[in-house]
Amino acid sequence: MDAVRVILYILLAPVIGGLLDGLDRRISARMQGRQGPPILQPFYDLSKLFSKEMIAVNNVQMLLNLSYLVFFVIAGSMLFAGADILMCLFLVSTADMFLVMAASSDSSPYSSIGANREMVQLMACEPMLLLLAVGFYLATGSFQVSEIVSGDISAIAAMPGFLIGFLFITGVKLRKSPFDLSTSHHAHQEVVKGLTTEMSGTTFAIMTITEYYEMVMLLGIVALFFANSTWWSWIIAVLFCLIAFFIEVFIDNVSARVKWDKLLGGCWAVTLVAGGLNGLILMIIQ
Amino acid sequence: MAKLAKSPWLLHYDGSSCNGCDIEVLACTTPKYDVERFGIINTGDPFQADILMVTGGVNHQSENVIKQIYSQMPDPKVVVAVGICACTGGVFKECYNIKGGVDTVIPVDVYVPGCAARPESIIDGVVKALEILEKKREAYAARKKAGA
Repeated sequence: MDAVRVILYILLAPVIGGLLDGLDRRISARMQGRQGPPILQPFYDLSKLFSKEMIAVNNVQMLLNLSYLVFFVIAGSMLFAGADILMCLFLVSTADMFLVMAASSDSSPYSSIGANREMVQLMACEPMLLLLAVGFYLATGSFQVSEIVSGDISAIAAMPGFLIGFLFITGVKLRKSPFDLSTSHHAHQEVVKGLTTEMSGTTFAIMTITEYYEMVMLLGIVALFFANSTWWSWIIAVLFCLIAFFIEVFIDNVSARVKWDKLLGGCWAVTLVAGGLNGLILMIIQ
Repeated sequence: MAKLAKSPWLLHYDGSSCNGCDIEVLACTTPKYDVERFGIINTGDPFQADILMVTGGVNHQSENVIKQIYSQMPDPKVVVAVGICACTGGVFKECYNIKGGVDTVIPVDVYVPGCAARPESIIDGVVKALEILEKKREAYAARKKAGA
């Protein structure tokens, strides 16, 4: 059963991620009073990127980008296999480091700035991610995803603060405005395309596919908050995942990019207040 | 429809334009014209662009920049000259500091006339460019298959 879920994740995550991305672009366009591209646009973009010439500035960038993909797929697979959530979150950070290395491997100054900013983003997210694993342990008594989702009541009942904190950093992880410092999905950023500046064709396609795996994994963690041993809790989980995604798209459209110190301060403050307080209360109760 | 024609990403460069054509290029992305509905994205990165759109005539300062960004774009790629200055040099053609149209520096595939070029004609030019882009893609794929 675990193997089936992992295979489904590996096969379907890029499809679901692509569809969500298409939906995102469509919804964003409607919010701006435009018609927007077709829902399948991300797949047209991907197939085009694979057909383009690959301009590689060095041999290592492709390898590092592939490592980013592979590590992310492993991290996501661990989540969907019901394994240790702590290990899964560690792998996410490792995968991200490969992306930073891929971006710093070329000589473009824009790419280097993008890589630096990606590290700041990592630094902003990391406390919340680690605290999240601790939160699940305090609420359910286990780090194992399979045990977290098989409780009698959903984890959200004990950890609403953690959910708020996690949704906050999801914006950073999805590289959505106002936290799209390292690279932006929208046209024109002050550092060209940030850390993807020197990625073309296939390399950029791999980066995009990894982002889809990441998107599905993050929504999987959101689902962890709602899922319990009853079957209908999964419906609520999926519904809330869609709501969470819509919130991210909405914030993306109504906010301007922040500076790195605001990003770092904001993320840590939310982590401390929402996650930290929630964690303390859980410790006191038990 | 073909791969590239569904997802052409634009790179817009201002050679020495008076900004008249630049405003019209940007107008294409506004709700009224909304080129994103064709999958067209105005990207700022030559590494990810398929269509190079140049406005304004070429002078000695912009010459090298145009050459460089053109060389940074991966094949297959097309160039669209937007506005009469980019096509031929326009009213500045005889100026001592103007080299002429974009085609004096890099090969141009589509010429969009007008001063300033209207958004409708710019979109029309891009659609023409897409046909050329598709032909170039087929030629590129054949070349790759032959192992060149």
